[in-house]
This record gives sequence, C-alpha cells and structure tokens, in this order.
Amino acid sequence: MSSIISRRRHPAAGYAAVAGGLVVAGVLYGTFSGGGGASAAAPAQDSTQIAQGHSLFETSCSSCHGLDAQGTSQAPSLIGAGAAAVDFQMSTGRMPAKELGAENGRKPQTEFSQQQIYDIAGYIASLGGGPAIPTPEMVSANGANTALGSELFSANCSQCHGFAGAGGALTYGKSAPSLNASTPTQIYEAMLTGPEAMPVFGDGTVTPAEKRDIIAYITATRNEANPGGFSLGRTGTVTEGLLGWVGGLGFLVLIAMWLTAKRRDHVKGESEHQS
Amino acid sequence: MSETPEEPTGPRRVIGTPSPAPKAVDTPTESEQPAFSAEPENVRHAKNAERLVAALFVLAFLAGCGFIAAYIGLEIGTATIPPGANPVVAVLRSNLGLGISLSVALLALGTGSIIWVRHLTPNIEIAEERHELRSEPEERKAFQREFAEGAAISQVTRRPLVRRTLLLATAPLALAPLVLLRDLGPLPQTDLRHTVWRKGLRAVTLGGLRPLQPADISTPGSMITVIPEGYQDDDDALAKAGVILIKFGPDELHIPTNYDGGTLVSTMNWTVDNIVAYSKICTHVGCPVALYEQTTHHILCPCHQSTFDAANGANVIFGPAARALPQLPLMLDSAGYIAAASDFTQPVGPSFWERG
Repeated sequence: MSSIISRRRHPAAGYAAVAGGLVVAGVLYGTFSGGGGASAAAPAQDSTQIAQGHSLFETSCSSCHGLDAQGTSQAPSLIGAGAAAVDFQMSTGRMPAKELGAENGRKPQTEFSQQQIYDIAGYIASLGGGPAIPTPEMVSANGANTALGSELFSANCSQCHGFAGAGGALTYGKSAPSLNASTPTQIYEAMLTGPEAMPVFGDGTVTPAEKRDIIAYITATRNEANPGGFSLGRTGTVTEGLLGWVGGLGFLVLIAMWLTAKRRDHVKGESEHQS
Repeated sequence: MSETPEEPTGPRRVIGTPSPAPKAVDTPTESEQPAFSAEPENVRHAKNAERLVAALFVLAFLAGCGFIAAYIGLEIGTATIPPGANPVVAVLRSNLGLGISLSVALLALGTGSIIWVRHLTPNIEIAEERHELRSEPEERKAFQREFAEGAAISQVTRRPLVRRTLLLATAPLALAPLVLLRDLGPLPQTDLRHTVWRKGLRAVTLGGLRPLQPADISTPGSMITVIPEGYQDDDDALAKAGVILIKFGPDELHIPTNYDGGTLVSTMNWTVDNIVAYSKICTHVGCPVALYEQTTHHILCPCHQSTFDAANGANVIFGPAARALPQLPLMLDSAGYIAAASDFTQPVGPSFWERG
C-alpha cells in the first residue's frame, strides 16, 4: 500500500512500465526534433572572394571534383553547376560528402562557415555561370499565393516528397528527403538545380513567382494543425496502416486474450478448500 | 440435464390449434437450491472489485456527459470561430474533445463490465446441452401429409392452365432487374481509347497554365507536369490527359527504331529538342506516376513500385505494370510552343477487358 517497490510484482506493473517508457520516449522525441534554421545574407561577388573560394576548393573539394572542377570518375564536373548548387549542397551538409553511397543525406555543416560557402560558390560561378543563389526577397513567403503553391506542389513535388513534404523512398537506396528542415533558400536552390536524382524545375517551367508560392505552401504546411489527432510524421497511409494493423489490432488481440484467459485464483490459501 | 425428458404422447396436433401442455424442460428436477453460492470467496477482494467497477461506471458517466458538453460547447461552425482564426484548429479541438470523451466513456464501460464478470460473478462452469436439430419422425410425417393435403386443396396440380399462367405472369418481373442494369450508366464506348489530345493542342503547365517553348525546359533533367490547353476545368478530360514532359541531355534518349516482339513501336519523330512526353497514368492500376529520377532516368510509381525507363520508351524494368507508359507525340506549333502531334496511339492507363 505504501511504496512503488512493493508493487513491482503487481500484474499491472509490466503494462505500467511499458506505458511509462512510451510516454518518456514520445516526450524526448518531441523535445529534440526541432525546426530548421535561418539563412544568412546573399553573397557579394568580388575577385578576392573568388580567390579565397578557389583556395578553399583546392583544399577541400578538388580531390573528388578535380583541380579545375572539371570532374573525375568519382564526382561530376562543377563547371556550369552554378552558385545555387554549391550553396544547396554545402549548406545542407551534403558536401563535402562523407562517403560514396547511393546518395548524400542532410547533415549539419560543421566544416565551413556560410561566408566560406559563398566564397566557393562565387568561385564555381566564375567558372561557367549557372543558377545564382536567390535573394531573400525571392524566397519570402510574404504575399505569396499559398493555394497555387499547394496545387503546384501536388502536381510536381508531392509524388516524391509526400503531400506534406515528409519525404519518401525512391529506387535503389535513394530517397526524397523530408523538407521540414529545409530553409526557403535551400528549397528554391533545389528546384533550380535538381540535386542528385531530383529533376530540375527551372524558371521556364516553374516561374520564380511560382517557386515562391511553393515555398510558402511548404513552410505553411509545417505549422498546420492535425485535425485527425496524431500526425505520425505525416508520411501518409503506410504509417497509419502500420499503426492501425500492428498497434490497433495487436491491442485488440491482447484484450481478447485477457478476456478469454482462465481466471487466476486471487487468494491461493482461501480457494484451496474448494477442490 | 443430460437425459432428454420423455416426449409427451398425445393426439396428433393440428396446425393452427394451441400447442399441448408445455414440455417440462426448464423445471429443475433435483432441488430448489441454486447450483452455486452467490457468496464471494474473498469478501475483501470482492468489495475492492465492486468499488473499482463503480468508479469506472462513474467515470463512464462523467465522460458521457463530457461528450455532450464537448458537442455543444466546442462548435466548429464558422459563426463561432473568431475572425482570422484557423478553422482547422477548431475542428482539431472538437475532434479531440469528442474522441477522447467518447473513447473514455466506452472504454470505462467495457472495462467495468469485464471486471464485474471476472471478479464479482462466481467462478462456475455451466454446460448447456443442445437438443437434436432434426424433428421427430411423427412431426415429419405430419408435415408431409399436410403439405400433400394443401397441394390437393389448392388444385395447383389439377389446374395446369392456372399454374402455367402464374409462372408466365411472374417471369417479366424476374427478368426486369436485368433490363434495369442497362441504365446504371452509359457504356464507355471508345472513351477509354482516346484522350482530348489532338494535333496542334498546346501543352500548358498544371497550375500555372502557361504554354512552354523548348527554351523554357532547356536544362537536361528537367521535368514538368502538363495538361492540354483549355481543359483545366474538365475533370473527365484531365483524368486521362495528364502528361509529364522530360528533357534529356544530348545522346541520353534512346529512340527505338524497330519492333521488339510487337510490344514496342517506333517513337521516331515523337520528341521535340530531346523533350519527351509520357502519360502520367501508370499502366498497372492508374496511379499518377511521376517520381522521375534524373540520374537514372527511372520513373517510379509510388503505389506498387512499377519502374519505367524514361530513356527507353518508358519500358517497364521493374514491378507489376505490364505495358510501357504511352508516349505522346510532340511537335512545335506555328508560334513555337510545344503541342501534341496527335492523340496517344494506344489507350492510356490500366489495361481493360476489351483492350486487346
């Protein structure tokens, strides 16, 4: 009746321990899965920055991409890739790559500051042009048409990234990443440059204004309430079905087993005289 | 209880008359005492269980009242939502209130009932014997006799004209449902074989509704979903006419020039400036298929992982789809915009019975 220790052999103790563990795990997950960061100011191009970018490139990138960014058997040519591609790949931590795999995943960028990334981007842009890094005004959600963005997103993006940008699997180990941590600038750059397996959505097919609408939709969706209750990561019907079948049905099976289980004799001493 | 009591033998019962004296089935034969003791084995345990059940029932009562309160109090109508507030949040609040109160009420009610049964009712095993399903021979004989009598009285065997005209009268009513089935909807005719695409019809982006020139989609690896111009509000047309445009780099696109066992026709001159157009409807069961990987040129269907090779006529390289994605022949119209050169040359979407 007094301490929790004396009840550890209680029939409900196991269930209580599992339920408590689940609650703790849920709270920890909710605490540590935060949102994305903000982007720095756009770069200004001058010859000193390009020179600095060149030396950074030679130190950190040229072993795979070649001394003149012409590409090797390990990595593609960056001539004409543009500043936007460099900023996307490096600010999302995909470059420098950890290893050669099916694809490079997002990871925190710890080696380069945003200014150094801009320097390298300026160097790559000086080699052969290519798409430039968008300005903050170009990615701002202010005055954007979120409804049109939703329509464009479901027509061109949702098949891979999911209806709420939660990401999804592709072929041979590749996957479309979640967009929840992406900054508006990174989303814009990804559409413009088509990193890895992603197709290019250039300004001819998706205009800059439409890109802004799509970004507004993605960022607005993150803050949207979940009218159905738990969102389950918003990855869609597979998650919900899995939880329904394994979790829900499993729970019902356990209930059925409890209902039909033979009743224990609660007090051994008193029940012995029955038989 | 295991022995069947003696059947009371009396005069044969006539249908429609009250049955003879009720059989003594439920009468206890041995004693008036109940077969079990209603007293609990452990009074303290039973008392605790009783309190727990009562507490759960009170909880169910409160949650049930809470459901009514949540239904009345948490309005989702636009009138009660303050201007500027997100109506979805109001729905969320209402769903949460209704769902939690109702599940707590039902769960407490169920749990209380089960604890009642498992901890308060005496632990006895009761076996209930089943009687034989087959009727007694006397009753079967009586039924046969009455059936024959009835048949003779009705004259149905003696008046074949009446019998046959009765059958004739009911025949149209029995056949009527077959005729009514016809009006469930028009037959698809040739609708499944054609889309609204025709020679010179421009492709416009879905959402933006802008026509495209080859320069707009110049970067290799570009992809965009397009629809026929002027049909953005025609859902019937859009259901079949969705197309993806894919831009290839030089020498990336393999244009087949021969027949491959009759499955692959030549797509010569169907592309414009290395831009190729495929139907966006999977040939398996019709999911929108646009997971295009520009590095491998694979188009993946999200539903069943059918994979098409966009560089090779969208042939199936993996998955349950049986046919390549139909390709839309492209041309440039007089103003230089990308347009269809004709309709699809084969039906789009999943296979159907008469497709051949």
